[in-house]
Amino acid sequence: MAKRLQSTKELLSLQEKIGASRDPEQKVVSVCAGTGCCAYGAKKLAEAFASSIEGHGLEGEVALRLTGCHGFCERGPLVVIHPEGTFYQRVQLDDVDEIIEKSVQAGEVIERLLYADAGGKTYEHEKDVPFYKNQQRILLANNGLIDPTRIEDYLAIGGYRALAKVLDEMEPEEVCAAVKASGLRGRGGGGFPAGVKWESCRAAHSPDGVRYVICNADEGDPGAFMDRSLMEGNPHLVIEGMIIGAYAIGMPGKPKGYVYIRNEYPLAVERLGIALEQAREMGLLGEKILGSELDFDIRINKGGGAFVCGESTALMASIEGEVGEPRAKHIHTVESGLHDLPTNLNNVETWANVPLIIDRGVDWFTSIGTGDVSDNPWGGSKGTKIFALVGKVNNTGLVEVPMGATLRHIIYEIGGGIIGGKKFKAVQTGGPSGGCIPEEKLDLEVDFDRLTEVGSMMGSGGMIVMDESTCMVDIAGYFLHFLADESCGKCVTCREGLKQLCIIIDRIREGKGREGDLTLLQDLGETIAEASLCALGQTAPNPLRSTLKYFREEYEEHIRNKKCRAGVCKALIRYSIDAEKCTGCLICARKCPQECISGEKKKPHVIDQDKCIKCGVCMDVCKYDAVCVE
Amino acid sequence: MEPPDDKTVRFQINGRSHEGTRGESLLAAIRRHGYEVPSLCYHEAVSPYGACRLCLVEVKRGRRQKLTTSCNYPLQEGIEVFLDTDRVVRHRRTILQLLLAMAPEAEELRSLAAEYGVEDTPFVTDEEHADNACILCGLCNRVCNEVVGAHAIAFAGRGLHKRMESPYDDVAEACIGCGACVFVCPTSCIGIEETEQMRRILKWHRDLPMQKCAACGRPFAPTFQIMHFADKIGVERSHFDRCPDCR
Ligand SMILES: Cc1cc2nc3c(=O)[nH]c(=O)nc-3n(C[C@H](O)[C@H](O)[C@H](O)COP(=O)(O)O)c2cc1C
Ligand code: SF4
Ligand code: SF4
Ligand code: SF4
Ligand code: SF4
Ligand code: SF4
Ligand code: FES
Repeated sequence: MAKRLQSTKELLSLQEKIGASRDPEQKVVSVCAGTGCCAYGAKKLAEAFASSIEGHGLEGEVALRLTGCHGFCERGPLVVIHPEGTFYQRVQLDDVDEIIEKSVQAGEVIERLLYADAGGKTYEHEKDVPFYKNQQRILLANNGLIDPTRIEDYLAIGGYRALAKVLDEMEPEEVCAAVKASGLRGRGGGGFPAGVKWESCRAAHSPDGVRYVICNADEGDPGAFMDRSLMEGNPHLVIEGMIIGAYAIGMPGKPKGYVYIRNEYPLAVERLGIALEQAREMGLLGEKILGSELDFDIRINKGGGAFVCGESTALMASIEGEVGEPRAKHIHTVESGLHDLPTNLNNVETWANVPLIIDRGVDWFTSIGTGDVSDNPWGGSKGTKIFALVGKVNNTGLVEVPMGATLRHIIYEIGGGIIGGKKFKAVQTGGPSGGCIPEEKLDLEVDFDRLTEVGSMMGSGGMIVMDESTCMVDIAGYFLHFLADESCGKCVTCREGLKQLCIIIDRIREGKGREGDLTLLQDLGETIAEASLCALGQTAPNPLRSTLKYFREEYEEHIRNKKCRAGVCKALIRYSIDAEKCTGCLICARKCPQECISGEKKKPHVIDQDKCIKCGVCMDVCKYDAVCVE
Repeated sequence: MEPPDDKTVRFQINGRSHEGTRGESLLAAIRRHGYEVPSLCYHEAVSPYGACRLCLVEVKRGRRQKLTTSCNYPLQEGIEVFLDTDRVVRHRRTILQLLLAMAPEAEELRSLAAEYGVEDTPFVTDEEHADNACILCGLCNRVCNEVVGAHAIAFAGRGLHKRMESPYDDVAEACIGCGACVFVCPTSCIGIEETEQMRRILKWHRDLPMQKCAACGRPFAPTFQIMHFADKIGVERSHFDRCPDCR
């Protein structure tokens, strides 16, 4: 690859050269090679395209590009034909030759492979598909356009231009001030203004001038994958953000960089490793970056995967080789963090915003989002946020919207509404310790402060949509168990408190709830939230407290009437067969794992309640809606 | 931040002015001035850990007032501390109830709980705890590491499976049998037994032969402990042949 760049000038002229050599009319078959699409066989698909291009004698004419995640993983593997932008979904090996012949060579559109919405309407271009059309993609914009293993692709779209600008035109203090003025708040969950953190870390005393600049890529929420997608799809964006941060926070001095990334993200680790190596080769990392005074490199630190290791102090302990356990933050990590030195930790998505803010300007960034941050970085939420939309919506995937987009917009316009036309019940935001937000708050304008106000949080950016078939007591119990299992166990309130919450909520789920249990849950939840050491314990009661607030009647029904209206809590439900509707088709009897359904062919069947384990299989398999649950 | 120094700071407790040293444990400062705050995981000889959450106080700094544990709060100029506010007491009672569910028989805990009017716990006592009153305060481990220097025991497991153990729950080979951990344990759950020949630290599965005094013949300390100290302070091991009385 190219030689080490000695100056920002050399970088800019290289960019120009690459830009000029690219033909906008070039035919490109772009195959999504994100983790999701790879799971559906995207790698094999790409190989098939390669040999088909060759087989049709099109090498040189048609390029094949493997890109990062497009965010619509549910529809994978995804293939886009450029320059037309024709968007094919659920592409199979058998479709490859047809795509090359019809679509690439003859310019026809293969209707069958287009995305069709719930109403059957098809869309030819990615940008018109409602899932994408209703988003505002600035961070994910290039995920589908560049090959993340080729730094030239990133340079071709103006990559590292922001770094050049910073080195040429801005003092480190000015960079901090710009980030502060942009109102960028931490995307790792807490929403702390990044510029304020940078300035404190910059101002903190460091004996040798060493300051750590760390990227939190632990992404412990099992439902979230925006950080993974950014690293897999556009790793240089994150790296560029960190280099700019190192300059702003650590110069003059000796900034040192780390990316703390979970071991379960092998593809992201690989792509990031390749990108770092390329950046080093080109002189964008290492000594005298682009001929400036800045010496900075980034090391990858692989984490073991415990949820709590994403917490800032636990993460630093883990990099030091200690047990990943949080400590009290009365002395901030910006003053005394990794190895007791000033440390600035930001999330992947936070870092990814930095080059865009520098490149396009503070005014552009503050024009997106809510509130007014002109004299107070806490005054609003600026820029976009990526959410991992999952659950009972028609379209699931990564969704990037401006701060302030309503829940309704995200769930109905982008998500395409509730599956099967069922009734919406709640949406949980922020990962396992987020709150459940009810229907009457669907017009909430999603930003850091509005989510906190309704008892939830931005958290990891997870967004789980639930419909009427979800039991809110059951779901609260599910998250409480997750968090109890992920507690580091250091403090009594979190370890013992969550354990006791689980015990109480389990007995309610089993129909053994007692009068007084709700008060007990409420009071204990409050103590855990207020008296625990780290944010895991402090936020863990959110799913409980929000459901107690918005869905209290469901708890009461479980305790007093021994009833689960959603038909979920096994101890409180009973399956039976409606003799009127049953056709005696025998299917349920054959599928029942307990063999407890009996009846003759073409005669109504019955369930032996004593043997039934309430697995629900009979209901799933009956084609005549004859099995009911109450 | 300025480099650390030992400057005196002024602060308030329940509205009264007091002095202390910047950065010292707020709990230590509060107690030195004669106020009481309960604690189970703090000892002035070792570093604070923040596990039991009993030492809660409210601290006002600038305009913000927040609940915090005092043991690990570094004292700062101008803070206002409030002890036993309604909020503190309410949470402390709940925490005592949680602890009682872990160690229903522990004396020190029971009497502390009684001071707060907590006689009983509404929470379920785990069978796991039936014969294990350890509340995972970590004091034994910090005393062993920081004071004794033996590093014989440590936390194992995480979350609900966290335990205080000798390595692999087998014989703590590094344990010198000094008994310091037994002394600080708030629930008396470590256990020590002593005979003419042997000192046993039960929880760490450690049996140590006793050294007999070369003069009076009385067993006075585990041999291993004596050797550890002799090596540590750099005197001949033979110096400790006799018991302190006969030396
Ligand atoms: C239990 C727990 C888990 C966390 N996990 C993550 C994580 O996976 N990724 C992340 O960026 N931040 C995580 N955080 C937040 C970090 O502590 C920290 O606030 C954040 O990385 C700071 O970066 P930001 O200001 O850019 O958001 C977690 C916090 C807690 C309490
Ligand atoms: S709140 Fe939970 S996760 Fe955090 S330190 Fe305490 S026990 Fe560990
Ligand atoms: S719920 Fe499961 S066990 Fe019960 S009758 Fe239906 S299939 Fe059989
Ligand atoms: S599957 Fe439905 S229709 Fe068929 S026997 Fe069972 S209940 Fe009757
Ligand atoms: S008795 Fe053993 S474990 Fe206890 S403090 Fe002494 S050396 Fe450590
Ligand atoms: S054994 Fe005693 S001192 Fe050690 S952690 Fe358990 S309760 Fe604390
Ligand atoms: S004494 Fe402060 S938390 Fe235990």
